[in-house]
Amino acid sequence: MTVLSDYDIATPDGDVASRPGRGRTGGVGALVRSLRTSAPVLPFLTYVILVLGVPTAVIVLYAFRSNTGHFTWSNIHTILAGGQYRAGFETSLKLAVVTAVVPGVLGTLVAYALSTSEHALFKRITSATAGVLAQFGGVNLAFMFIAGFAATNGIVTEWLRPLGLDPWNHGWSLYKFWGVAFVYVYFQLPLMVLIITPAFAGLRPAWREAAENLGASRWRYWRHVGMPVLTPAILGSMFLLFGSGFSAYATAEALTAGTIAVTPIQIGAILQGNVIAGEQNIAYALAFAMIVILLVTVIFYVLLRRRTTRWLR
Amino acid sequence: MASLEFGTLLADPSTTDQPFADDAPVTRRRRRVHWGRGAILVVAALYFVVPFYAAMAFSLQRPTGGFSLQPLSQIASAPGFLSALWLSTQLAVITMIVVMLLMVPTVIYVHLRMPRFRRAMEVITILPIIIPPIAYSVGVLESAPSWLRSSQYLLAIVYVILAMPYVYRSLDSGLGALDLKTLVEASRSLGSGWISTIWRVLVPNLRSALMSASVLTIALVFGEFTIANVDNWTTIPVWIYLAPTDNPRVNTLVAMIALLATCVVLTLIVSLDRSQSRDSRRS
Repeated sequence: MTVLSDYDIATPDGDVASRPGRGRTGGVGALVRSLRTSAPVLPFLTYVILVLGVPTAVIVLYAFRSNTGHFTWSNIHTILAGGQYRAGFETSLKLAVVTAVVPGVLGTLVAYALSTSEHALFKRITSATAGVLAQFGGVNLAFMFIAGFAATNGIVTEWLRPLGLDPWNHGWSLYKFWGVAFVYVYFQLPLMVLIITPAFAGLRPAWREAAENLGASRWRYWRHVGMPVLTPAILGSMFLLFGSGFSAYATAEALTAGTIAVTPIQIGAILQGNVIAGEQNIAYALAFAMIVILLVTVIFYVLLRRRTTRWLR
Repeated sequence: MASLEFGTLLADPSTTDQPFADDAPVTRRRRRVHWGRGAILVVAALYFVVPFYAAMAFSLQRPTGGFSLQPLSQIASAPGFLSALWLSTQLAVITMIVVMLLMVPTVIYVHLRMPRFRRAMEVITILPIIIPPIAYSVGVLESAPSWLRSSQYLLAIVYVILAMPYVYRSLDSGLGALDLKTLVEASRSLGSGWISTIWRVLVPNLRSALMSASVLTIALVFGEFTIANVDNWTTIPVWIYLAPTDNPRVNTLVAMIALLATCVVLTLIVSLDRSQSRDSRRS
């Protein structure tokens, strides 16, 4: 956003008319010129400020506003102190960590297996499929998994029952934490494959050849060359997965009918009016906290990415 | 997902045939690894195909066994489906028109005259991806004026923001591949105005970028659930979730069709991009 300031602070002031001669090199002349140059992007900027900037500012302001309109810490305090909203946050964070690490590792393996494939059509189809699943899964995933894994009449459940492997008999539920985590893999793993595949493409054959010529085994190549080069990329991608798992709403809402107590679901419940009076401001505090966590996540991602590009480009 | 299964079938020969072509010590090492790779892909494919198969079987299987396409004919008559489809279509059209009018001239101008601003555009257009839609909807519903708050078109206004990341990236890479300056100078010196330069010179050259931008926008509008749900408008995904459940098979079927259609169209777009870039390299 700092880059932006060059342009959007440039408002014409009264000095312009009184000092027309300074033109080319002068500060005011430059200001006017830069304003004139940037005029065509003003519709875009105005739209973004009105439809994205204002709502975001409202969240930040209202997170610190009491019902009477004064500044207060009490909304933030309420969600941090304990109770259902604190618990919701903890569940959300746990869900995001689990669905970042496990699909992160599995997705790396799948991306590796795919990267060695020679079939162009196969790669194209898998990457398009991964793109769809990573971004457009949403509600549809809930229906797929209910059809497959519901306690009664779930097709996979019926397959597993005669084998004594019915997960519902072993304390698992599709509509509780581990069930939701299981469904999240369906969009997290493709997301990991999408973002880690370029890193595998960046491993240069020359490195492997050099290692092989020096007598390194496959294991030693991966241990001392491949993995150290890939680690920042893998960790960075896991941060993105964390963000995606943390902010997911559609799948959890549709799968559990809003019964799992994670932060996005709690915000949704407040917005739809299923809330004790006087708690509306909590929604802003929750939304604000989510945005802060997401920003921190993105900062980690950017830092790790910078490290990644040292070797891979 | 069915395509993933298809893909693993394609990949299979390499896991069994190739080792025999190599000499002995290498063969042993490679074969082991290939089996590992094959196993990873098969397990992954199973995880992705099985729920999909389950949903298809659930919605298309007859109680007596065997499959039937008859549930397809029930979709149109399902209560509320057509009005949800109409709402989603309206929103998609409005979103697409607004986002294109807003982004196409801006991105072209930034490429031509304000290259320094590209970095800022990148940061701005990544924001809708960083801010969680559920958090964003809190701010939108509070800050929208009440006449807009009660209108379904608020969703289209918001979807323009959500579509910006996709549209910007498509356009940015599309323009990056053109010799923009030469095209514009040629067109301008032949006497055409800005609008006709954009419409008759640049748009045809950006066809594939505009195509993928529009498809992604449509996919986004037809798939967006969060904001539509908390704003209580029954778009297609909200209908799938909330529709009267006297026949959940129809909901599941619509969900699968939506996912499959997105998949097929995006695969086509990716292929189109490939063949286009191959053409331009050849010429």
